[in-house]
Amino acid sequence: MAEIQIKNVAKNFGSYQALHDINLTIADQEFMVLLGASGCGKSTLLRIIAGLETATTGEVWIGGRRVDHLSPKDRGISMVFQNYAVFPHLTVFENIGFGLRMQKLPDDEVKRRVERTAGLMHIEQLLKRYSGELSGGQRQRVAVARALAMEPDVILMDEPLSNLDALLRMEMRAELKGVLAESKTTAIYVTHDQVEAMSMADRISVMHQGKIVQAASPIEVYRDPAAEFVASFIGNPPMNFLPAKAAGSGRWTVAGQNFDGPASGKDLKWAIRPEDLGIADAGFGARAKVVEPLGAHLLVTCDVDGHQFRAVLDSELNVKPGDVLTLAPQEGRGRWFDPETTLAVA
Amino acid sequence: MTAVADVVAPDARKAGRGVYRTGVILLCAWVIVPLYLLFVNTMSSPETVNSFPKSFIPEFNMGSLNFFMGFQGILMALWNSVVVAVLTMVMSITIGAPAGYALSRFEFRGKELFRLLILLTRAFPLPLLALPLAVLFIRTGLDDTAFGLSLVHTTLAIPFAVLITFSLFSGIPLELEEAAWTLGCTRLTAFTKVILPLVLPGITASAIFAFVISWNEVFAAAVLTIENRTLPAFLLQTLGEAPLHLKFAGGFILVVPALIFIFAVRKYLFAMWGIANR
Amino acid sequence: MEARLLPYFLILPVTLFLCLFFLYPFVLVAQEAFGTENGFSLDNFREVVSYWKFPISMKNTFLLAAAVVPIQLALSLLMATMVTKMQKGRDLVLYIWTIPLGISDLAAGIIWLAIFEQSGFLNSMMVGLGVTDQPVSLLSYQTPWMVFLAIMLAEIWRATAIMLVILVAGIGLIPKEYYEAADVFGASRWKQFTRITLPMLRPSLQTALILRVILAFEVFAVVAALGGTLFPVLMGEIYAYQFDLQNGGAAAALAIIVLIISIVFTLIIMRALRVPKGATI
Repeated sequence: MAEIQIKNVAKNFGSYQALHDINLTIADQEFMVLLGASGCGKSTLLRIIAGLETATTGEVWIGGRRVDHLSPKDRGISMVFQNYAVFPHLTVFENIGFGLRMQKLPDDEVKRRVERTAGLMHIEQLLKRYSGELSGGQRQRVAVARALAMEPDVILMDEPLSNLDALLRMEMRAELKGVLAESKTTAIYVTHDQVEAMSMADRISVMHQGKIVQAASPIEVYRDPAAEFVASFIGNPPMNFLPAKAAGSGRWTVAGQNFDGPASGKDLKWAIRPEDLGIADAGFGARAKVVEPLGAHLLVTCDVDGHQFRAVLDSELNVKPGDVLTLAPQEGRGRWFDPETTLAVA
Repeated sequence: MTAVADVVAPDARKAGRGVYRTGVILLCAWVIVPLYLLFVNTMSSPETVNSFPKSFIPEFNMGSLNFFMGFQGILMALWNSVVVAVLTMVMSITIGAPAGYALSRFEFRGKELFRLLILLTRAFPLPLLALPLAVLFIRTGLDDTAFGLSLVHTTLAIPFAVLITFSLFSGIPLELEEAAWTLGCTRLTAFTKVILPLVLPGITASAIFAFVISWNEVFAAAVLTIENRTLPAFLLQTLGEAPLHLKFAGGFILVVPALIFIFAVRKYLFAMWGIANR
Repeated sequence: MEARLLPYFLILPVTLFLCLFFLYPFVLVAQEAFGTENGFSLDNFREVVSYWKFPISMKNTFLLAAAVVPIQLALSLLMATMVTKMQKGRDLVLYIWTIPLGISDLAAGIIWLAIFEQSGFLNSMMVGLGVTDQPVSLLSYQTPWMVFLAIMLAEIWRATAIMLVILVAGIGLIPKEYYEAADVFGASRWKQFTRITLPMLRPSLQTALILRVILAFEVFAVVAALGGTLFPVLMGEIYAYQFDLQNGGAAAALAIIVLIISIVFTLIIMRALRVPKGATI
């Protein structure tokens, strides 16, 4: 049973500030994903929680216990590394049992737990092998099994799937999610892959320049991005932005179209997901520039009022570059942002 | 490429390969033949060694070697050589390896200065150290002892020990160590359970290397020892008056362990010298 | 706290050791060289430099270095390129070529003595081939050039391996893509060697040359075994001052001279082969 609390954590590397005043609470048994581009501080935050890095200021609490002064071994965590870190001089069995041996558990208990976790990760047949004889995917499984065998309160994962090829990554994603849900451990998972984040997380913390921009459920992050950064980082392709001019209280003009919106004294930005656009009788006049068939859909990049604008349309439609389309947003899907603070306006 | 060149090419290539092969074989012979000739001399009776002309085939007579082994003071010198080399080996690794580890794992103030100190030792003719130390050792009672000499030899071997272990430790991903920490290890147990088993072969190789450095050193050994001479110092001292067969047998005994050691560490030779020296 | 102090704790033994047995002795040598009863003086240097053997031993040391080092450089480069192209037997050839690395200068001197001494193998061969009727004395004061040749050969034989190893490791670090790119652009083997291998090998060449040149100024036991007093060199003179003449001050002064020469050459090589920052592989 372990809730994780991060209180006012900041980290400086010399004059470079990697993390600014991070506050985050992760509920017991929650699957939290730290998502962001490389260099956003997500791995640093994970390593501070693990105890591999010390925060410049702030506190880390795990299961109601302050741990930021403890070494990694005393924090009740285990970790899966990006390059797996499977010990090359030990067999798979000894790798999985490594932490248990360090706890001086009796042999039969070590054996029982190793076999159980190896079974969970479907690597029972590899127990006698060495890391050099394993494929990348198998090493990944050993690394996860080794972390699970510790039966930790918290499992930390640093881009664990990023070195696998696309197909294997998809397979492991589902499997990992299942195993972790079953093990009932709290999990923090660092990734730069938004699909991974969306598909696995209970909650996603989107990080940017050493700050958490939004911490919310995947669907909320997708539907109601808290800031322009989240809107343009999540979703592939990202949200479209158009400038909105005030036209009376709560009324806005966006590229010649009128919308109801928040009451605000200054100009805003209006945003819409490309998936939330459709061909209609009335709407934005959009000149198609590039048409990319993606199988199920057509991705059309067009020009609306001098701004780049993308729409995901039905692949049955016959759209050619140069065509002028009339695009209308789905009801209730438009979002508003303050261009100065870049934050969402309700 | 023209058609003519295409036709000519195979012949030229064949000729080139012939030259290449001959070159390789000649260079191998250049190294081996002198060693072989020393072997022939060592395996001949003292009479043969001093006679003329020489046969290029060994007669497998142990006379020279027996004479060498029976020569006054030789066994003691041989023993001294081994003791000094073993002391050097142990000291340079136990003192040098922690520094190599620190260089590979930590960023700290003064790291560059420390590296400079290590690299500096290479720009100095280190055996000259023996001169002032000779005086110092007399004052401290270390003169003419195996331990005193091994201190100087350790100075010779330590820069290599540091740089070699530095490259060995750098070859072990930090992630492995971090994984061990998250699995319940302290810094020390992570080192003994994970890092040490992985670098042990390399450490052994660099220890052997330190042994050879000490085993071969002549100048400091000759300056610092009088009664307790090492084998090279003993041979140097007797160069003027010793009979030929003693010199050759002595040279042979000096060479043999070196041959074995170089063979034992051949896998690490390039990692050790090449990378560590950059 | 602990983690911040740990690296210092780990480098402490080496630092102390080197201070005590590397830096401190050099201070002592300097003291001994520059000091007499009445304080600072250059008397020891005057004595050493004015001794009749000084110019000869200086000339010999430099001559030997000048004759040996370029040949070793060329030879080790040749061997290193030969080995990199090799497919079969690479390990064996490398082992053989690196054998001298483990052989001491004294042993090397003795090995070549077996060839050059009067009843040695060179004479045996020459008589056998009918070049001469009877063995000639090769290593005597009447044949100084032969003594020089013998010492030179022994030095080349012994100390090329150390350069070879550094260069082979250096070549191993050069990415293969450069050569493949050069092949695509039609560069000849020689062009590839001069345009890719040599420039990329600069850090290794630097190291190899520094090590080798310093060793060349330290030449001692090879000379002692082959030439004895026929071919005085600086290190041999230091040894003689210390033991035969029991003149510690003079030995120290000469040591300082060797030291300065070594440092000057190290600086010259570093300057000549310096690698621009950011231009490393």
